[in-house]
Amino acid sequence: MQVKGVAHVYGDDIDTDRIIPGKYTKTLNLQDMAAHVLEDLDPEFRSRVKEGDILVGGNNFGCGSSREQAPLALKAAGVSVVIAKSFARIFYRNAINIGLPLIEIPDHYIQNQEEITVELETGRVNNLTAHNDYYGAKMPEVMIQILKCGGLAAYLKENKNYTL
Amino acid sequence: MGQTVAEKIISRHSGRDVYAGDLTIVDVDGVMASDTTAPLTIRAFQDMGGEQVWDSSKVTFVIDHASPPPNELIANLHALMREFAREQNIRLYDVGEGICHQLMIEKKHVKPGELILGADSHTCTYGALGAFSTGVGSTDLAGVLLTGKTWLKVPESIKIELNGILPDGVSAKDIILFLVGQLGIDGANYKSIEFSGEAIVTLTLDSRMTIANMAIEMGAKAGLVSTSGLSLDYPFESIEPDSDAVYDQVYQFDLSRLEPQISIPHSPDQVKNISEVIGISIQQAFLGSCTNGRLIDLQEAAQILKGKKIHPDVRMLIAPASKDVFLQALKDGTVETLTEAGATFLTSGCGPCVGTHLGVPGNDETVISSSNRNFRGRMGNRNSNVYLASPSVVACSALHGKVTDPRYIEEEVVCR
Repeated sequence: MQVKGVAHVYGDDIDTDRIIPGKYTKTLNLQDMAAHVLEDLDPEFRSRVKEGDILVGGNNFGCGSSREQAPLALKAAGVSVVIAKSFARIFYRNAINIGLPLIEIPDHYIQNQEEITVELETGRVNNLTAHNDYYGAKMPEVMIQILKCGGLAAYLKENKNYTL
Repeated sequence: MGQTVAEKIISRHSGRDVYAGDLTIVDVDGVMASDTTAPLTIRAFQDMGGEQVWDSSKVTFVIDHASPPPNELIANLHALMREFAREQNIRLYDVGEGICHQLMIEKKHVKPGELILGADSHTCTYGALGAFSTGVGSTDLAGVLLTGKTWLKVPESIKIELNGILPDGVSAKDIILFLVGQLGIDGANYKSIEFSGEAIVTLTLDSRMTIANMAIEMGAKAGLVSTSGLSLDYPFESIEPDSDAVYDQVYQFDLSRLEPQISIPHSPDQVKNISEVIGISIQQAFLGSCTNGRLIDLQEAAQILKGKKIHPDVRMLIAPASKDVFLQALKDGTVETLTEAGATFLTSGCGPCVGTHLGVPGNDETVISSSNRNFRGRMGNRNSNVYLASPSVVACSALHGKVTDPRYIEEEVVCR
C-alpha cells in the first residue's frame, strides 16, 4: 500500500500533551479530538492538514503520557503516516495498535511542505520534492501483522491471541 | 548468562529465559485503567469481540483524572466505566478514593516481582516495590483483558547507583529530577532502569515511589528500585540482579552535595539547581499527584508552613494522593496546619496536574508544582509556565510568592 501526501515537519520531543492536550482526551468522539490536534504546538495545523498528509518529527516523537488519544487524534485529522527520527515507546505501540503506520528514519532531512510517498510494506519513503529515498527501520513481525489487520482490536478479533 | 531484574521478572512470566532484545509473550499479573483510558479500553475490548475479561480479580479501574466530573460528557464516561465494572465484576475506585498508582500500591493490587500493565504512563511507579510495571495505551490494555497476556520486547537495562547521604532539605524528588536532567527526556527510551545504592536503601516506600514514578520522564519502560532495605507489612522475595548481568549503561552519582532541583518550562528534563532559579514569582502552588501527594509530602509542607500564612498573591492547592492519605493527614493535624496557612484541599485524584480542571492557570501565570510534567499546556493553558520541584520547595515558594530554597528555613527562620 502506498500513501502520498505533504509533509508537516516538527522538531524533537513532541510530547503527547502537545499532540492532544489532556483536557480534550476525555471523549470517545474522534472528530472532537481531531479538532484540537497539535493545538498547543501549532494552532494552524488543524486548518492546514489535508487527508493523507504526512506528519514528520525529529527524535522521541510522542513522549509523555500513554494516551492513545494522541495517535487517534492524528489519524482522525487525516494524517496517513508519521515519520520520525525516533519514537517514544508507548506512542509507537499505540499508533500501531490503532492502525496508524509509523516509519522510523534516524537520518531524515525531510522539509516542511515537501511531497512524500511512503510504501508501507517496504518502509520506502520517497521524497518527490527533494528527489531522494529513505528506508525505515524494520518493525517486529507481530506489529506488521497488527497493522495489516488495521489495528490490534481487529488482529485479536481474528486471531484470539498473540503470535510472535 | 546473568540476568538483570527486568530480565528475571519477564523470564518468570514468559516460562523461559529471555534476555534484552528478545520478543516474548508474557502472562500479566494485573492491569489498571483510569477514566482517561478505560472508556477507550472498553470500546476496544468490545471491538475485539470480548465478552468476559480473562480474570476480573486482576483488573482495577480508577476514576481519578477528571474527578469529580467537571462536565456531563465526562460524567457519562464515568458512568460507562461503572456499568462495565459492574457487568464484569471488576473492582472500581470511584470519585475521591485517590490516584490510581497510589491505590494500586496502598490497596496491595501489586506486589514485588509481579508484571503489571497500566493504561497510564506513570504505571512505572510500582517499580518502587520491585515490580515490573509499565504504561500502555487503551487498546493494549484491552488485549490483556481479552487474553491475560501481552507481547513485549525485553528491554536493555540501565543501572543507576546512588551513593552518599542526602543533605537536609533535599528529598527523593530532588534525586529523580536530578536524574531526569542528567539522562534527558529520552535518555532511557525503551529501557529499564535499575536504581540501587546506599542512598536508596534508607528510603521509605513513599520516597521510592517518587523515584520510580518519573522513570517515564526519561522514556523508560520500567524503573525498578532495588528492594534492599524495603519494608512491607507482608513477606516478599527480593529479586536481585545477577553479578554478571549485562547493562547497557551504568551511572554512579554521589548525592551528598545535591541541591534542591527544579525543572523549568517546558520539559521535565530542563532541570536546574534551585540556586539558579530562586526569585521567580509564582501565582499558584500545587502539592499533590502520583509523584508527591503522599503523607510525608503533606507533612513536609506542613512543617514549613506551620504557624505561617502563604503569600497573599498565591493560591496553594493540595490534592492528597488518596482518601487514606487525607484521613491520616486529617488525624495528625497536617490538614489543619496547611488549611490555617491558607492552602485549599481538593478531591483526592490527579487534580490540576493533567489540566482538565481544579486549577488551570491563567495566561502568563507561573505555577510551582510537585507533579511530574511541565510540557507546554500540560496544566490546561499553553500560555502558562510550570516549574516542577519537591514538596518543600513548593511550600516554601508558596510562603514567599516566589521560587524559594527550603534549605535556609532553619537558620534564617524564613526561606531564602
